[in-house]
Order: sequence, then C-alpha cells, then structure tokens
Amino acid sequence: MSSIAVSTTINGDDVEYLCQPDETLLDVLRNRLGLTGAKEGCGTGDCGACSVVVDGRLVCSCLVLGAEAEGRSIETIEGMADGSELHPLQRQFIEHAALQCGICTPGFLVAAKALLEQNPNPTETEIRFWLAGNLCRCTGYDKIVRAVQAAAAEMRGEPA
Amino acid sequence: MSLDTTLQDKAFKSVGTRPTRPDGVDKVTGRARYGADFNMPGQLVARVLRSPHAHARIKSIDTSKAEALKGVKAVITSADLPDLSNGDEGLFATLDNCMARDTAKYDGHAVAAVAAIDEKTATAAMKLIEVDYEILPHVVDVDAAMAPDAPLLYDTVFTSGIEPAPTTPSNVANRAELGHGDVEAGFAAADVTVERSYKTEQTHQGYIEPHACVASCNPDGTAELWVCTQGHFVYRQKCAELLGLEVSKLRVTSSEIGGGFGGKTHVWAEPVALALSRKANRPVKLVMSREEVFRASGPTSATSIDVKIGATRDGRITAASATLRYTNGPYADMWAELGAMTAFACYDLEHVKTVGYEVLVNRPKVAAYRAPSAPMAAFAVESAVDELAAKIGMDAVEFRIKNAASEGTRSSYGPVYGPIGIGPTLQAAKDHPHMNAPLGPNQGRGMACGFWFNFGGQTCSDLNINADGTVTLAVGTVDVGGSRASLSLVAAEELGIDYQDVKAVIADTATLGYNDMTDGSRGTFSSSMATISAARNAIQIMRERAATMWDIPVEDVYWEDGHAHAAGQNHGNRAPLSVKEIAAEAGNTGGPIAGHSELVADGAGVSFATHICDIEVDPETGSSRVVRYTVIQDAGKAVHPSYVEGQYQGGATQGIGWALNEEYIYGADGRLQNPGFLDYRIPVCSDLPMIDTQILEIPNPNHPYGVRGVGETSIVPPLAAVANAVSNAVGVRMSHIPISPPRILAALADAQDG
Amino acid sequence: MRYERPQTIEDAAALLAGPEAKSFVLAGGTDLLVRMQNDAFEADLIVDIKAIDGMDAIAETDDGFVIGAAVPCAALAEHASLTAAWPGVVEGANLIGSTQVQGRCTMVGNLCNASPAADSVPALVAADARVRIVGPAGRREASVLEIPTGPGKTSLAKGEVIEALVLPKRAAGSGDAYLRFIPRTEMDIAVVGVGVNLTVDEAGTVTSARVALGAVAATVLLVQEAADALVGSTLDDAALQALAAACSAAATPIDDKRGTVAFRKHVAGVLARRAAQAAYDRAGGK
Ligand SMILES: Cc1cc2nc3c(=O)[nH]c(=O)nc-3n(C[C@H](O)[C@H](O)[C@H](O)COP(=O)(O)OP(=O)(O)OC[C@H]3O[C@@H](n4cnc5c(N)ncnc54)[C@H](O)[C@@H]3O)c2cc1C
Ligand code: FES
Ligand code: FES
Repeated sequence: MSSIAVSTTINGDDVEYLCQPDETLLDVLRNRLGLTGAKEGCGTGDCGACSVVVDGRLVCSCLVLGAEAEGRSIETIEGMADGSELHPLQRQFIEHAALQCGICTPGFLVAAKALLEQNPNPTETEIRFWLAGNLCRCTGYDKIVRAVQAAAAEMRGEPA
Repeated sequence: MSLDTTLQDKAFKSVGTRPTRPDGVDKVTGRARYGADFNMPGQLVARVLRSPHAHARIKSIDTSKAEALKGVKAVITSADLPDLSNGDEGLFATLDNCMARDTAKYDGHAVAAVAAIDEKTATAAMKLIEVDYEILPHVVDVDAAMAPDAPLLYDTVFTSGIEPAPTTPSNVANRAELGHGDVEAGFAAADVTVERSYKTEQTHQGYIEPHACVASCNPDGTAELWVCTQGHFVYRQKCAELLGLEVSKLRVTSSEIGGGFGGKTHVWAEPVALALSRKANRPVKLVMSREEVFRASGPTSATSIDVKIGATRDGRITAASATLRYTNGPYADMWAELGAMTAFACYDLEHVKTVGYEVLVNRPKVAAYRAPSAPMAAFAVESAVDELAAKIGMDAVEFRIKNAASEGTRSSYGPVYGPIGIGPTLQAAKDHPHMNAPLGPNQGRGMACGFWFNFGGQTCSDLNINADGTVTLAVGTVDVGGSRASLSLVAAEELGIDYQDVKAVIADTATLGYNDMTDGSRGTFSSSMATISAARNAIQIMRERAATMWDIPVEDVYWEDGHAHAAGQNHGNRAPLSVKEIAAEAGNTGGPIAGHSELVADGAGVSFATHICDIEVDPETGSSRVVRYTVIQDAGKAVHPSYVEGQYQGGATQGIGWALNEEYIYGADGRLQNPGFLDYRIPVCSDLPMIDTQILEIPNPNHPYGVRGVGETSIVPPLAAVANAVSNAVGVRMSHIPISPPRILAALADAQDG
Repeated sequence: MRYERPQTIEDAAALLAGPEAKSFVLAGGTDLLVRMQNDAFEADLIVDIKAIDGMDAIAETDDGFVIGAAVPCAALAEHASLTAAWPGVVEGANLIGSTQVQGRCTMVGNLCNASPAADSVPALVAADARVRIVGPAGRREASVLEIPTGPGKTSLAKGEVIEALVLPKRAAGSGDAYLRFIPRTEMDIAVVGVGVNLTVDEAGTVTSARVALGAVAATVLLVQEAADALVGSTLDDAALQALAAACSAAATPIDDKRGTVAFRKHVAGVLARRAAQAAYDRAGGK
C-alpha cells in the first residue's frame, strides 16, 4: 500500500503530508501533524471528541480519510484562539466551569463555534440537539449549555 | 508534624469563591496532554489479542507467525509474565485479568499482545497469532450463576462466610452479613410490610478517554510509564509487584485524565505495555479502542436484590432486611458487601440485616464506579421505601424524614454517626419549590436518598514558596475534575495570599511521596488536608525567616493575612512582611522556603444526598424523558462551588443514564453485543434538562474547613429517584433497571392484562 | 488498498468494474469508515465520488428533484423548495446521526448500506423515489425499494454506482412524514421507523397513500394494507386504527439489542398513526 501526497489548508496554513489510503484525518492530525487537540473517544463517529470543520461543515475527523483533505480547508481547535486572545466560547467554557476532565472540550468548542456561526441566537433546545453528537460524561451538560449561551450573548454584543 | 484538624470557625476569603482553573487555557486550546497525546522516540505500537469466547480453556497459543512478520518487535502471552499462581490471590487475579493464564474468562479477555513499528503491522501480527481454545460452558446472569446446576468458573471456589463451610464448589465466592437487632421481631411488630425483588443491569463508567499509556523499559532495569490514571503511585506499586520491578526504578507520570469515575483505579493494559517494552527494548504505546474499553475494562456489577421493610401505621420503620447478589466478574471482590453496607445507611433502624453474595460470572472484572455498589442497593431500598410510604398513606418525604438517621444513630453498617446531612437534605427537598411544582399529563415525580462513605487515605504534598513570592503546590492526587483549582484556593486561604499567586501541579511518582488514588471522593478532601498542613509548615518557616530578618525571637512573630507580623510592644512599629518580601530575602535567611506534609487523612465524613426527579412517559411507546431534576447534597464546605455543582450534575446524569438506558447486553454465546456508544446509550445533551443543584454545608468536624468528599454520592439516588418517578407516572412499580421503553411498555401491558 | 478520486461517473464505474475483488464507493463515509475500523474489514479499492461534477448538487427539474449522490444530508434542509415539497424525506434524512454525521452522510449511502433501520429509506420508499444508476453496461433507473435486498446487501451489480436520487413532482394536496422510535433523543439507530406519503382531495379525503416501515424486517417494507386503510378516509379514528393494525401485522421484526418483537410490532402501529396524521396535516387535510 503506497502513501498518498496531500496538500491542504489547516487553520489557514498550507500543509502537505503523506498518508496511507486508509488512514483517517484524525490519525493524520494527531500522529503526523502533532495536532493532538482533536481527541479519539470512539473512532466510530459516536462521541464527537474528534470534531473539526472541513470546508465549513462540522464533521467527525475519525470518519474522514486523510486523503479526502486534498484541496480542502480544515479548522481544528488549535486554530480557534486568535493568538493570545481566546475565542469567547473558550473563555466562557473556563468561566462557567463547563469542563471537568476536559477531554470532550475541544470537540464541544469546535461544534459550538459551528453552531453560533450559523445561528447566533440559538434556543436551549437548539443548542442541545446541535451538540447531541458530542458526548460528555463528566458535566451532565448543564454548564456546557450555559457557557454556549453566554458566549452567544457575548458575541451578539449583549451585556453579560 | 501532625495536623490539627479541628474545624476552624472562620470567615473564608478564598475558599468558597469561583475563580477560573489553572489548567483551563490548556484544555480549551487543545494543548493539555492526555493519555494518548504523548509519544516517545522510537516508540512501538501495541495491540492486544482478546478472547472471542465467554469462557474457554487456552490449549495453546502459537505466536511464531506473528513474530516472523517484518516490523514486529515483541509478542507476549502470559508465559512472558511472572507466574503468580502460588502467591497472593489478589495479585494473581490482577495479572490474570491483564493477560489470561490458562482460561479466558470473558469475551474480551486479553490472551496475547504485540508491539510493532506501526499500528498496521501490529494489527496484522495480532491476526497471525493462533489460539487453540476449548470452549467451556459460560454463565453471565447473576441469578443463573447462583443456581445449583450453573456452569462453574472454578471448581476451587467454596463460598466463604458460611458455617459450616460448604463442601461443593460454586460461583458464590463469599457471603457477608451485616446489621443489628432482631429483624424477625421487628417484622412481627410491623403493621405493613413491603417485600419485592429488584434487578439492575451492568453499566460502564463510560469515560470518554479510553485507557492509554506509553511504557519504556531500559536495559538497566529503570522504566518510565506515562498513563491516564486516577492514581499513578498505586499504578507504580501494582506494576512493580506484578512484573517484579523495583518500585524506585519505575517512574510513573499521570497524564491529564479524560474521566475515570473509578475505572482508572485498576491496572489493565499498563503491565502489558511494560512487559512488551521490556521484551522489545523500545518504548511502547498502548491505546485501547472504545470496543476494548467496553469489553475488557471496568464495568460495575449486575445485581439481583430482595428487600423487605416493615413499618407501623404511623410511619415508623420497625425492621428492614435485604439480600444482595452482585456479579464480580471472574475474580472475587467485595462488591456485594459494599452494597450491603450502604443499603440502609440513610435510616435510623432498630432491627436491620443485610446479606451480600459475591457472584462470579463470565463478564469483565468489576471495577469501582463512583460510589461503587451503592446505587443499586439504594435503588432497591428507596423503591421499597416509596412503596411502603404509599401503602401506609404517608408522603414519601415525610416518611423518610421520620426515619432518617441523625447524629448518634448507629448506622446499619456499624459505626455511630457524627453530624450528618440526611435530615437536612430531606428537609431541603421538602421545602424545595420543585417538590410542589405542578405536574403535566403523563408526568410523575420521584425522590430518593443516597449515602456514601468517602475515603481519606495516604497523602503527601509539597508547597514551595518561589523567589518571587508565588507558590507552587505539588500534589500527588490526580486532578479528575478541577481539584487543582480547589487546592490552590485552600493554599491561598491558609497562607492568606491571592489565588492567582498559587499554581497547583500534579507531581510524578519520583518527585513526591506516596499518595493513594483519587477515589472514594478523596481528592480534594485529603489533599486539602495535606495542603493545609504543608501551608502551615511553610508559614512556620516564614515566621522564622521574618524573625531572622527582624532579628527578634520567632515566638514574637505571628502570621495573619498573608503577612508576618511582629507582636508585642518591643516590635510595635515594624511594617508586616509579605510572602513576597520574605521570599525575596530567602537566599540570605536560610535558603529556599517550602512546606511539606505527609499524612493519613482520616475522618472523611460520610455524605448524603436527596434527589427529586420529574419524568414524562409516552404511554403508547414507553418513551420517557427527564423533564426536571434537582440534586440536594451536603458538601461539608464547598471549596469551589462551581466544581461541586459539576460533581452533583455529572453524578446525577450518570445515574439517569443507568436508570433509563445503559446496560451491557450479552448474546446467548456470552459475547457482549453493544461495545460502543451507539448501542451503549449514555445520556446525550438533548436528553436532559438543566440539573438544578442545592449545596448544603454541614461542616465535617474532622477537617479544618469542614470539607467532605463530594464526588460520588450524587450517583447514588438517581436510579431510585428515576424509578420512583416512572412508577408514579405510569402507576406500575418498575423493578428492573434500566427502565427502558420496552420494559415500561411491557409493564403497562401486564398491568392492563392483570 | 487503493484510494481513487475519479472526475466522472463513468470513470467511477470503470474503476469499480475493475479487477479488484473488494471495491467500495465512498460517499460520506459514515458507514464505510466505521466498517474500516473493524479488524476484520478488508478492501482493495475505495472510489471517492465526491470530486465528480454535479454529485453534490440538488436540481429542481420538470420531473421533480434530482439529488446528487454526494449531497450531504445537512444540505437537504438548506434547500427551501425541497423541504417544502418533501418535508418527510428531509426529516428522515436529517435524523441520521449527529450534526457531525449530517455534515457528511448521504441518502444514497444510507440506502446502499442496506441497513434495515436506515432512517431515510422508509420516507424515500413512501415517496416512490427512484435512483439513477451508472454501470459498465450503461445507465438504468430503479425504484428505491428495489435496491436493498437484505441486511448489508443490494441489487447493484459489480461496477454499478448510483448517480442520483429522483423524487417525483408533487401533486397538489400532498404531504409526507417520517417518524422513528429511539430510546434517547438523538444518536440512536431506529428501533422502528415509519414513512407515510399521501395526497388528499379538497374534501380532505385521502386519494392515494404509501406507507413504508423500517427496522421491522430484513428490508424496508412497503405496506399495501396500510395504504388501503387510509385511502378513501378522512383520517378518522377508524382509519387510523386500521392503519395501526395493518402496520403491526405487517411487521416481522426480531428480538435484538435494540428492541423486542412485541415492542416493535406495537410501536410500528403507534408511529404509523402519528406519521399519517403529520402527513395529512401537511397535505392540508383537516
Ligand atoms: C454516529 C453515527 C450515527 C448514525 N446514525 C444513523 C441514524 O440515526 N440513522 C441511519 O439511518 N443511519 C445512521 N448512521 C449510519 C450512516 O450515517 C448512514 O447510513 C449514512 O446515510 C450513510 O451515508 P454515507 O454517505 O456516509 O455512506 P458511506 O459510508 O459513504 O457509504 C455507505 C455504503 O453505501 C455505498 N455507497 C455509497 N454511495 C454509493 C453510491 N452512490 N452508489 C453505490 N454505492 C454507494 C458504500 O460503498 C458503502 O457500502 C449513523 C452512523 C454513525 C457513524
Ligand atoms: S472519535 Fe470521532 S466521534 Fe468519537
Ligand atoms: S468534561 Fe469530561 S467528558 Fe466532558
């Protein structure tokens, strides 16, 4: 089995890598590119810990082949903060204690960002259903939902 | 120096506030390193071959083809591990669970392992290993395993705890009995009794991070292990004992941990990774897949429980008894006994008796899961209590308040209680607006109580005053959910400095003395004791240094608000010295300043909770939804209330999942049918409402700040609270957990027919 | 294993018709990549169809809607006139998996994976949708109902690839709906699924109906008796009872980890009633 050369864009940077034809994007990110922010909780699309955005669509990177990234644009948790400036979601997650162990956090943040980009003012129900593919075993989701609501309000420019 | 643990009557400045956590930024930017996020130069990848049979004798294993594959650097079977057959039974069982010696005892039991240059090669090699199995009859159900004609896991197990000792082997490893009084006399005095049998299915802790480690053994006998664990010191001890390594030569570093809930208190893959590394002479990375996590790590017990409770018409319980049968997996432990200890712990009972049976079955070895064994016992007892209250026509909360244990009550498991929170949580539930809120159609409300012991244990901490006056706190209890923030608050409180000036880290096994696991809700409780102790020791040194700087006797220096003050008229007008000022002079006054502590934290303080749950049931499909949920729990003192609330909400959610949908499903062949999150159904975000919390603070008299463990109790009441709510919604008593839609519909159909 | 990304559907078919024994079309990959995680899975060739022109497009034509085989389900709900015409088809497709899965999964993949529980298929069968197939022998069309032949098995021949789904043009007074039963609110595989598509006249009488059941047999079931129960009625209680009874009777499920026979048969009837009501309301019946 020979490797495939892939040219892609990750968090705005041009990136090239070689990968095996059956290698997932998650494995490429973690094992070849050192981007270990995306986590593997299941490898089968059930937990959302590996969430990334590919060409504007939220996906599980464990269900994308590395080879499919050719010519695409990928956003990961590592690209979420603007330099030293955390994204409002990142800040609100910390402030609302929306993480306990934190293993699910990168996936939730990437998914929540995708939500707020297409729906700046989601209801609690909309947040809960959008995030249903992100499993968290520690928090009971309460503080996560509140953090997303707070970040959404902040991003809409509403007073806290 | 021993710590004065007297409860201080003081106003807190830091403790009880909600600052952001020190590891927050790392975790929201993806920089925090978990078990699988670490690599070593020249590292190999390991795969484990697992038994596809529930019970099978391993006749032979041929690894030659795997070994011959290019890129394979080591293959091991139990033959490569020490033979502990004639040694300590517990150690033998632990190692046998890591790698089956003669018999595969459950579907997923490890039988061999490979280390190769990459995952593809390791997988190919794994498939080349030939195992010749002789399939044996198996048993997975707890009641079936106790039947006289059940297939036996061992012909060498004779139930202990029975007089006279049985002469025929069985799957029941032990019988334990607890209680006091004379239950028969008590039942005779009852006007009304309730007697019912209950079942609960096996669940998994369900941490999102699979087990992962990197092991590196060197030819000189030294070794390193990077691992996600709830207790790296314990892992070091266990791995060294199992593999015959010297404890001092094995250095274990705990990674950030992606959830454990008890499941990362047991070694599984770590000894295997070390053994592979030792054989290959290269670092080895071993990461379990989700399927392996379900098949071969940490489930809780499946149970079958009978409860009988009697009461007088005016609502006083006269006697209570329970028989509890818990699966242990293939290795005997004391899970049923724990259940038996906790079952009636909420109540003040004159006559009480509980009997626990440890049952061996062909399922994975049971591991601790958050307040292990208590939720199932509470489900049975709290269901019966509800039914009994209904039978005598008394409100469920009133009935519990009337029978609740209080200070001075002799608990059903022996000790006499100090100040406890069961009464106050019940009263708070009674007064809570949730209790009186109207219910919609097809909705039912349930409530239930829960108890957990909490542990203390061996703890060691270092508190270093840095040259700039900031503080580094090194602790040895793994941070599973924000304890670094809580411990920093405690250090700040005791020293009288700003939270921002304290940074807590988790030290590895080479840099700090031994610490027990983060389990039994002990992380914040015990490490806060050690932190207070270390801070007091550091203060002592800082007083000495201030005395030197001022050239006055140390007795004349006292510590207040983060400063050394000179006492007495002679030194009246000296400006107090801050930590920063004292630290800046440390080089001239005797060198670095640090406070150490090592202690056994006693008196963890038992914990109680009361939960209220509203459920809506679709009577046509049996579908159910939790529509409102409230947790009321005693925290002693909430060091960081946000993380206390988080523990309450997380535990409640796990309990809700257990109650409604989570279960291990075995086929007739004894193989696990749902080893993945699609069919092992933990609650998702859209399944739940917000989880309301109410923190009560009934100080623990054995802790300077009154802290109790808070991590576990919250999973104890939900099974019963949910069951009571569903039972009230549909008018049929639900006695089998999970209360899945088919079970609800079947119960409704039965009720209609009957 | 080889990975190929052909630019035309003919090239895709040619690749699939090649000498490799185990070749797979890759659309959204949400089934295929899960299978690839399994140690027992082996493939010689993966043909990614997403680079083929037009595969990710939804076109409204005189015949109805032509939905490219690589259109992710998330894009269906973004298409206003498709959603207006076939709300049941779109809701079925949108129930598949999570937001993340929606970003990738396709209806054709759902169909070709041939799971009895596939969520988009009952509504497609109720809609009488067809598929356009390209193969070594040229093009052909088939009804959706003909594609799955058993769990994991399809009627597609070696080298055949589905190019698009075709949903017929809508008659006035039509509505469809899909409902499924899952224990949680999301992220479960259907225990029972029901798609109903019907047309009513101005008096509110059902003039035609198609009812399809998922997860209660080896393949999706089109239940004629259920449709018969609706046609000619104004969806009165008697018609709904007859519909429920027909669906429960038609269901031939198995006991498995997701549900029991009794549960599935019963719930098939309950959901059929509810789905019929939703379709009827959408059709403008009162
Ligand atoms: C977490 C998770 C949750 C899920 N939940 C659901 C659910 O709720 N309901 C449900 O129905 N399914 C569910 N699925 C299964 C899956 O998402 C769906 O079946 C999906 O529609 C498959 O589409 P795909 O494009 O991803 O298929 P792929 O994985 O790309 O393909 C599936 C199969 O179809 C073949 N195929 C694909 N396209 C073509 C074509 N054009 N011509 C010929 N053959 C083709 C492939 O070779 C493969 O065998 C879930 C999956 C995951 C991972
Ligand atoms: S790792 Fe991708 S969804 Fe779990
Ligand atoms: S914080 Fe641990 S899984 Fe979400």
